[in-house]
Amino acid sequence: MKVSLEWLRELVDLDQSAEELAETLTRGGIEVENVENLNKGFEKVVIGEIVSLTKHPDADRLLVCAVNVGQEEVTIVTGAQNLLTGDRIPVALVGANLPNDLSIRKSKLRGVVSQGMLCSREELLLDDTIGLDRSADGILILPPTAPIGENFGHYLGLEDSILDLELYPNRPDCLAMVNVAREVASLTRKKPHLPKWAEQNQVLSLPVVRDFRIIIEDQELCWRYAGLVVEDVHIAPSPEWMQRRLKAAGVRPISNIVDITNYVMLEMGQPLHAFDRDKIEGDVHVRPAHPGEKIVTLDGAERTLQTHTLLIADDSQPLGVAGVMGGLYSEVTKDTKRLMIESAHFSSVSIRRTSRRLGLRSEASNRFEKGIDVSGIVAVLGRVCDLLIDLGAGRPVALVDEVRHLPSRRQITLSTEHTSTVLGIELKISEIRQVLEDLNFEYKENSGLFQVEIPTYRSDLEIEEDLMEEVARLIGYDRIPTTLPQGDQTQGRRTPEQEFRRRLRKVLAQSGMDEVLTYTFTRAESDAQWGSAKHQIPLLNPLREELGVMRTSLIPGLLDVAARNVARRNMDVSIFEIGNTYWGEEQPLKKLPREELRVAAVAVGKSERHWLNQPVSYDFYYLKGIMEGLALEFGLKLEFRVAENQSLLHPGRSADLYLQNQCVGFLGEIHPSLEKEWGLERAVIFELELSTLFKRIRQTVRAHSIPRFPAILRDLAVVVTVETSAEAVMAKIRKLGGDLLQQVEIFDVYTGNPIPEDHKSLAFSLRYQSIERTLTDEEVNLLNSRILEGIQQDFGAERRK
Amino acid sequence: MDLERVIYLKSEILRIREEALKELRELDSPEALQELKVKVLGKKGSLTALLRQMGSLSAEERPIMGQVVNEVRTRLEQAWEERSEELDAMALQKRLATERIDITLPGTRVARGHYHPLTQVIEEIEDIFLGMGFQIAEGPEIESDYYNFEALNLPKEHPAREMQDSFYITEEILLRTQTSPVQIRTMEKLHPHLPVKIIAPGKVYRNDDDATHSPMFHQVEGLVVDRGIRMSDLKGILLNFSREMFGESREIRLRPSFFPFTEPSAEVDVSCMLCGGSGCRLCKGTGWIEILGSGMVHPKVLEMGGYNPQEVTGFAFGMGVERIAMLKFGIEDMRLLFDNDLRFLQQF
Repeated sequence: MKVSLEWLRELVDLDQSAEELAETLTRGGIEVENVENLNKGFEKVVIGEIVSLTKHPDADRLLVCAVNVGQEEVTIVTGAQNLLTGDRIPVALVGANLPNDLSIRKSKLRGVVSQGMLCSREELLLDDTIGLDRSADGILILPPTAPIGENFGHYLGLEDSILDLELYPNRPDCLAMVNVAREVASLTRKKPHLPKWAEQNQVLSLPVVRDFRIIIEDQELCWRYAGLVVEDVHIAPSPEWMQRRLKAAGVRPISNIVDITNYVMLEMGQPLHAFDRDKIEGDVHVRPAHPGEKIVTLDGAERTLQTHTLLIADDSQPLGVAGVMGGLYSEVTKDTKRLMIESAHFSSVSIRRTSRRLGLRSEASNRFEKGIDVSGIVAVLGRVCDLLIDLGAGRPVALVDEVRHLPSRRQITLSTEHTSTVLGIELKISEIRQVLEDLNFEYKENSGLFQVEIPTYRSDLEIEEDLMEEVARLIGYDRIPTTLPQGDQTQGRRTPEQEFRRRLRKVLAQSGMDEVLTYTFTRAESDAQWGSAKHQIPLLNPLREELGVMRTSLIPGLLDVAARNVARRNMDVSIFEIGNTYWGEEQPLKKLPREELRVAAVAVGKSERHWLNQPVSYDFYYLKGIMEGLALEFGLKLEFRVAENQSLLHPGRSADLYLQNQCVGFLGEIHPSLEKEWGLERAVIFELELSTLFKRIRQTVRAHSIPRFPAILRDLAVVVTVETSAEAVMAKIRKLGGDLLQQVEIFDVYTGNPIPEDHKSLAFSLRYQSIERTLTDEEVNLLNSRILEGIQQDFGAERRK
Repeated sequence: MDLERVIYLKSEILRIREEALKELRELDSPEALQELKVKVLGKKGSLTALLRQMGSLSAEERPIMGQVVNEVRTRLEQAWEERSEELDAMALQKRLATERIDITLPGTRVARGHYHPLTQVIEEIEDIFLGMGFQIAEGPEIESDYYNFEALNLPKEHPAREMQDSFYITEEILLRTQTSPVQIRTMEKLHPHLPVKIIAPGKVYRNDDDATHSPMFHQVEGLVVDRGIRMSDLKGILLNFSREMFGESREIRLRPSFFPFTEPSAEVDVSCMLCGGSGCRLCKGTGWIEILGSGMVHPKVLEMGGYNPQEVTGFAFGMGVERIAMLKFGIEDMRLLFDNDLRFLQQF
């Protein structure tokens, strides 16, 4: 809502500047988004008179002017050639910031001091309706009547400021100037001066219309419809003051009749529409459109209407789309002699649907959508009558008022005690009384209990809490003290699952991976590749097609991030994400889908080069190491099995991850055939489902005592075929080593000379230890050779010499 | 004969002493030192051998000679000790002189990853509220119209629904536009237990995409329900939070606002963390920065959650995590947070 300060001043005593008022309103709950000063750019531009013109002593093309700007005379150097002594011109004084962003400073031109600038139309962003014809060649020359010394903006009538109100849906009343004035009056404790028709219970006495009826077909959609019949219509432009106010509010002036309806809408909040009475045949019907019914609207477009569109029609044809746009046929033209001016209620839901569907949103439809004051419908026509007569635009002769439903006036009980408790402020009865006085609400009070009559224009006030907010905002939210809740103390603690996610994130970050957050909606095809097309949940109205479905895998999002980084020459990427995937069980969804929390990672490249350490390649073993770290952290027995059916992963470099025989995810290099699609070479990834993991994590640690007896260490290197799984050899060693073999680690894997082709050397370090006694070399040697024999037998291993 | 012998022995002892002392000064390794010690003082050493010859001396002369030998032995041992310390000191000097490194070279790299800035902010917010006795509640991101709107006093066709442009899946199921549905879910689960004291962080979705809006973003909701909860309690809790989050000297102010699920409602501004309230570019000269929306829980919402609004009151608040992260880290474009450029992420 654009509020002209000049207009507002007429409706309420105001001693604040536009900026101060904006602050008052904002602190009072009516947010002012912007204050536009129409005089902006003209603050230091005044009207001056050329006293003398002399040639510049050192420049042929420059003139030195003495200019009378009222209180003083200034010297200004100009290059313009269209000036005569005695001309009145706009003078930008030192310090002016012109509308074209030019700042005026004191300057010296070839040795002569210039104390400002004479302005052209272009510099002031004005068109050729201002000034004498001679202005075209240079400086804007004003008529000789222009008062010397006056501010140029004031001279043009640009004193006004416009406050742009950002209204919440609960305050549609402030779409009316009178209610903004009431609001200002309440917040500043000033008196409003409203047209009498803004007061409740004003009666408009006119003869009742006899020659037609209003027929409301569906009273759910139209509670009340009033029509004012006007004769002796004289179409002309509306007066300058009315046009100025309409323009200030962003409404285009058209003719006196249309302008009056728009002016009263802005003033009183009730949209109005004027029909040419002589185009109406028979009665006026308020009815839903028939199937396939058409209408040509004011904008000349023929529109086919859907059946629940609400229409205003006569006996034979539609006259307008109710509340949204009039019809071309019944439009007011320069030949119109008689009018019917409509003031009505239409259902906000119906208007919203219609205006959406037709793509027509107007000041009128906006007000119907937010809700209008049904009680004021006829009073508003009283205001129209006054203006019609004042402007000589027509003679109101009769009125029709069809009422089907009138919302009853609300009464709310407001308790001083309850309000004090809820707000946490000790309020006196007198303070509440003062607030209700300031709001100009009627009330009865009995020992702190107020019975408040809610005016019909404040539809947002429904319950006691609504009035508490009125009290709080009028006495000021700053009056609310700061306290802390008095009830039972509580212990803040994360649930075990929340703690698990936090630890998981910590482990991964501490392993050197960067956390990313990606959109949970993604491209259907990529997601289907890595997740499940069958379970994908599509959005009805995605932002873009490539954000069309909810993800069933985190991998595509991470691959996108990795590819984007590599494309930007961030070549080495090691990233992870913890987030939900979304699984629909049926199409379309009938119940809420399953949200499955996962962790996934992508790594490509290697760690940074370093003078001391070898860079770590981001390969299978890199991610496997991170997963092992994770398993260690949470006490999980994570198993890596050769991946089954992984067309997406490199068959030789991928694994499925198992926890107690349940597959919980996968790990591997992406299949070489996918490298081009993603623009990534040798990227490794993993994805894990977290709920199973969480169920299996070690709850408590049981400590083992440290052995008191010395350990004996042995190394064992064997040569096996390359296909032999190291894990299998290790398992065998562990089995044969029994209780005395405390630990086995692989410390070297080697292929190449002198190891035969298709073979590899595996070197293990074995630690023997007993918790009961000191072991002898002999028994350890015996065990060690038994282990060697065992793996020779099982794997055809050779001892490496 | 005895006298002659005595003189001979004495001169031998002195000779051994002088030779040993001389040799000692020339030796430069602990090993050589030890060798010499054995050669002179060891079981088969020269001094020990002389001592053995003393058996032939008379009872009067023997103690005198013994004393001489012991004096020499003590003297030599002392000299060995000194020389050994000298050598140790020299060895240390030599070691220190050779073991010099360039301490300006970078240290061994320990891998270090980075939390996403939004995660950092969420965890910080969580920790602040955990410290004030709040629990952390969660709810689904794909939500029913009922929980996202209706139970929050936003019936179908309510004009306030337009404040949020939703992503729909069906007419009845949508991506939640706010974390507020967790309020209802929590109350349904906990009632009639008191107090309810939770925050609910999570992802939310609105059909919007520009420098200050992202179609997916994060909110943290807060809800307190108990007997006698006042609006001043809301102010107190949020003042504590703002000071923990943005600094000890922050102030807050409440402005009237509108949310369908709170009444009275308030927008909360915090004094500008950049200029402290005097006015700057960040706060657009006002000295205040809007950080969250809040209010007293609407009686209808309490009822929807299973509580009797005659008996209990509550307050609720909701804040945008992206906005707080942008303020905290000086991020100008929200899209950077979801672009995931490593050069951006690795700053945090």
